[in-house]
Amino acid sequence: MSSARDQTGQAGVVGQVVGEAKVIPIGAGRAAAGAGGAGGRKLSAGKKPGKKADSPVALVPVAADAPEAAADAVAAPVARGRGFADSVAGAVGGALAGPLGGVAHRVFGKDWESRAAGGLDFLRRRLTGEYQVDEFGFDPELTEKVLLTAVRPIAEKYFRLDVRGAEHLPTEGGALVVANHSGVLPWDALMTQVAIHDHTPTQRHLRMLAADLVFVLPGVNELARKAGHTLACNEDAQRLLELGEIVGVWPEGFKGIGKPFADRYKLQRFGRGGFVSSALKAGVPIIPCSIMGAEETYPMIGNAKTLARLLGLPYVPITPTFPWLGPLGAVPLPTKWTIQFGEPIPTDSYPPEAADDPMLLFNLTDQVRETVQHTLYRLLVQRRSVFF
Amino acid sequence: MGAIACRGSESGDVHTEDGKGLSVGKVVLVTGVARHLGSRFVQTIRRQPGVDLVVGVDVQPSAHDLTGSPDTADLAEYTFVRADIRRPTVARVIAEHAVDTVVHLNVSTTMLGSTSRSTVKETNVIGTMQLLAAVQKAPSVQRLVVKSTTSVYGSAPRDPAVFQERMQPKTLPSGGFAKDAVEVEGYVRGFARRRPDVAVCVLRFANIVGPHADTPLNEYFSLPVLPTVLGYDPRLQFVHEDDAVEVLRLASVDPRRGTTNSGTFNVAGDGVLLLSQAARRLGRPTVPMLLPAVSWIAGLARQTRVLDFSPEQMRLLTHGRVVDTTHLRETFGYTPRYSTEAALADLGRSTRAGLLPPAEVARWTSRVAELLPIGRGDNG
Repeated sequence: MSSARDQTGQAGVVGQVVGEAKVIPIGAGRAAAGAGGAGGRKLSAGKKPGKKADSPVALVPVAADAPEAAADAVAAPVARGRGFADSVAGAVGGALAGPLGGVAHRVFGKDWESRAAGGLDFLRRRLTGEYQVDEFGFDPELTEKVLLTAVRPIAEKYFRLDVRGAEHLPTEGGALVVANHSGVLPWDALMTQVAIHDHTPTQRHLRMLAADLVFVLPGVNELARKAGHTLACNEDAQRLLELGEIVGVWPEGFKGIGKPFADRYKLQRFGRGGFVSSALKAGVPIIPCSIMGAEETYPMIGNAKTLARLLGLPYVPITPTFPWLGPLGAVPLPTKWTIQFGEPIPTDSYPPEAADDPMLLFNLTDQVRETVQHTLYRLLVQRRSVFF
Repeated sequence: MGAIACRGSESGDVHTEDGKGLSVGKVVLVTGVARHLGSRFVQTIRRQPGVDLVVGVDVQPSAHDLTGSPDTADLAEYTFVRADIRRPTVARVIAEHAVDTVVHLNVSTTMLGSTSRSTVKETNVIGTMQLLAAVQKAPSVQRLVVKSTTSVYGSAPRDPAVFQERMQPKTLPSGGFAKDAVEVEGYVRGFARRRPDVAVCVLRFANIVGPHADTPLNEYFSLPVLPTVLGYDPRLQFVHEDDAVEVLRLASVDPRRGTTNSGTFNVAGDGVLLLSQAARRLGRPTVPMLLPAVSWIAGLARQTRVLDFSPEQMRLLTHGRVVDTTHLRETFGYTPRYSTEAALADLGRSTRAGLLPPAEVARWTSRVAELLPIGRGDNG
């Protein structure tokens, strides 16, 4: 037992050094009672050197400081729960290794084991809180592994997203993407995020500036923060741009997303041009972005204004399917989408005081708006059908 | 007239020490020494070269033994004065000891031994007014350090994500400790205008955590199960008590070359943790509940004195708050030694292990991973 303890301590130190958190086998000596414990540990230690890059953080500072003491402290109170949890873990692992392995092989394909191992790795990091968020609450791991993975099929299979002009997006450094807003629910924003992540070689994340309504709603605000979005205000926009992020803004706001179907592809007023002033202050280029296809996802033929006022919402849409079909009406129509990124408009040639020149702001705002509008008209002329 | 109890100064006669203090070193007056932060600060500032006398003021003596240790050779003299800063006694204390640095730490969310909100508010606001009035009349005072909090920025969904010192929140805190702190800062600004010769430093601390800190958030994290608000995952920032004490020390002595220690500074560890993340790292399960239910439980905990959890703490745990510390690092010249993560880890080391210790959870998932046939494939 004492030799096992020594091994444990050593393995803990090794694990700490390489940062391979899962190797720290607290109480591994006891776990050895299961099938091939020692062998298993050796395997996991020698396995997958590539994984180390994925988890640069050492497991728990508790273990990092005094592995021996931590092992003791943890072992005592948890001894009772350990038996059960161990047997569950053993049963799941054993089932996958044995009878279920063949099924999993057929269902998930050939490399399901490594994917499962990766998934478990991910699960461990999530459950132990060993991941990083930035000061805005952006959780890159969750966004990439869960949120974008969930939205990607909708972009690729459902809306059959056609992304053009992605070469205009910088691979590094700040940029401000300015796009048209439409379609009742902000699907266009989500699709733009997927498009930018998947069509830049450095897999950049779009940091959106969202309406304050997003941060008031429970659940939504949590997801929005974790996906990297923040409140549309000058302070946040400028901070993100100065940090060198790609920031997305939909300056039409509710006027654009909640406009009637009859006004489709007619750009609304572009706010007060606050986004231009942020870009000027940070000296980053403005990239106009035209999104076609979102307008027809929910053809809004009416607006229940009284209900909206009662609920404190900017609008309550009435579409051919909503609210008549209930939740089914919230399913968007499968339109064919095109997202076109335009030529960047540089702002670094202006002097620093340019951000305080209202005339320049209005001119630049107009220039961006006209670019988006004309690109939309051009795309619409080329479009064969709404759905194909 | 408050009863003045002099404890601890081994020479016995404070007045002779006074004379020495005037001629040689500094005399530091610290309010709120009964609290943990105050006690630790007194211990630190007594070791500071150039400080001759430390005068501690509070309504009760500290639970720690501050009077000194056998090797008092290079420790500054310490005198405790039992006085309520809401009364004018404090003016006499300042005059009597010819105090030149006042460190005002008696601005807190809670009071020792009292849960009455009005007493807390009175101590925070009226106490600060009395103290500032006394300081204004004392020509000897050259430096004033005031402990404030980042809750002056409030916690609201419609505010910018990261607060800088100059930013004004959209809505000022409407009540509670946050409002006290806003008022205290207002009085301090007024004082700074009237006494421009006094260097004034306002330190806005994020949530102070540490093995022994007696802050509400510290108590919250030691609950076995953490109630959270369903649908919200606030961003939190912590500052370790060691860093808090060190920042206070730097603020109460002369600034180092190339730095300025007068002004308003946010003090927080680097980095941000989400509440869910912090709970997982501490191994504490969370119970998400609807906002009204959490408020009700918090009210109940307050009434039964299990946990003093104020409405603005609730708002913090709903919407979170993050401040920018560039000013602290570049102007004040101090980088906290503990990041937010490290401060929490230190808290985790000192509290009881949670129900779901991260090391255990990691072991369960690793165990499943080990049994996957991929290992056997490599082997065979």
